[in-house]
Amino acid sequence: MYSRKVIEEFTNPKNVGVIEDADGVGETGSTVDGDIITIYIKVNDDVLEDVKFKTFGCVVAISTSTMVTQLAKGKTIDEALKLTNKDVIDALGGLPEDKTRCSGFALVALHKAIEDYRGKTAD
Amino acid sequence: MKRIYMDHSATTPVDPLVVDSMLPYFTEKFGNASSLHSFGQEASEALSTARQQLAESIGAKTDEIIFTSGGTESDNLAIRGVLEKKNSGKGKDQHIITSLIEHPAVLSTCSFLESIGYDVTYVPVDSEGILDMDEFENSIQDNTSIISIMHANNEIGTIQPIREISKIAKENDIYLHTDAVQTFGKIPVNVDDLGVDMLAISSHKIHGPKGAGALYVREGTDLEPFIFGGGHEQGLRPGTENIPGIVGLGKAASLAKERLGNDPEHMLKLRDSLISKIFDSIEDVQLNGHSEKRLPNNVNLSFKYAEGESLQMLLDVKGIAVSTASACSSKSKKESHVLTSIGVDTDYIHGTIRISLGKDNTMEEIDYVAQSLKESVDKLREMSAISKC
Repeated sequence: MYSRKVIEEFTNPKNVGVIEDADGVGETGSTVDGDIITIYIKVNDDVLEDVKFKTFGCVVAISTSTMVTQLAKGKTIDEALKLTNKDVIDALGGLPEDKTRCSGFALVALHKAIEDYRGKTAD
Repeated sequence: MKRIYMDHSATTPVDPLVVDSMLPYFTEKFGNASSLHSFGQEASEALSTARQQLAESIGAKTDEIIFTSGGTESDNLAIRGVLEKKNSGKGKDQHIITSLIEHPAVLSTCSFLESIGYDVTYVPVDSEGILDMDEFENSIQDNTSIISIMHANNEIGTIQPIREISKIAKENDIYLHTDAVQTFGKIPVNVDDLGVDMLAISSHKIHGPKGAGALYVREGTDLEPFIFGGGHEQGLRPGTENIPGIVGLGKAASLAKERLGNDPEHMLKLRDSLISKIFDSIEDVQLNGHSEKRLPNNVNLSFKYAEGESLQMLLDVKGIAVSTASACSSKSKKESHVLTSIGVDTDYIHGTIRISLGKDNTMEEIDYVAQSLKESVDKLREMSAISKC
């Protein structure tokens, strides 16, 4: 069973959408697996000024996506990289044990978005 | 918030008339049907009445009804019972024919039997879920002992040509079993018309209690029990009879037969209206299963760009209960073996829900469900990473 918080985040997700001029974009999953998460970031002075997501997937994929964007927004890149799967799950009030497969996908997408940003700004 | 139940293929509410029929058998008439005293007699008489009710509802003789704990046990008894009986003379050199889209009660049984040395052929189906009759005929071998093909599929509602299958089974002198758990009470189920040797029924799918079911076994069909104990149910299903459950099953079967003219027709109207409303208002959706040879209460839909579990949960928040075809688990996103067998495209397969109607659903509910479904699909598509939005 899903926690009240999971259902609340799933039914009223925050930060849904695309950042057209994103500084970094990270995507994970595939249509074969059935979950695809894309995270967009806008960075200002090393701080994640804006974080948005687009997700095709189950309740966990969507609720972790919205939670990751909320946890990451306003943090420095280093702080955001320190976010763990446990932080996300705790913020959601827990997840069913058999649903842990999708719980880390959103964080992976965030990390990829940061990697993309760093790749672009490496020079 | 009003709750709307549209998951009747999973289970049904017990009819109040069924509950009333069962109640005395918990408290006042609680005897063991094997006991000789008056308490036992009451139970024994109730057992006979239920057997009569069930037999009448499918055109069988009373001694052709074996009460079980439900559809799963009935399927197991049919398949394993035939093999065990034949096993005594032939060893495990026996062959079973089934289809790729059977319920796990049959598929898991066949898989187990394969693991202990039996040979199984899983016949494919076409894109609408109908058994490939050429493949079926070609799969028959000299050592084929049993054919087990479901009457209608629990996910997509496709009804199989059992009569045609039974002719071929008879020509080849092979027993035919059918899982009629989804059809009984929805379309006419008569064992002689169908020409089957065995037929499985479940009580809780027809507004009866859970934990009760039956296997029809045509006179002369040789079976061995796979549970051992006393000599109940002609020695085929030992164990003290679940009298309240069996009484409920008998009453539910009797009511289902009475209502066969009205309830399926009502569900058919609702079904077609729902399908029409959905296709009028939502793009990129497909109906899975056969357009005509289909259960009157089944609507199985796949939506592109919207995931099934999420769709189910958004509907649940609106008070609507439906089911999904795929289960997301810790190890993998398990796709429905039925949907993969009929070749549903990857873009659609994860976005599948099953809506199964019941006799008490209304047209007003259909309107609300169609509207809610549109809103939910739109919402998921707006946030989908693969949508065209």
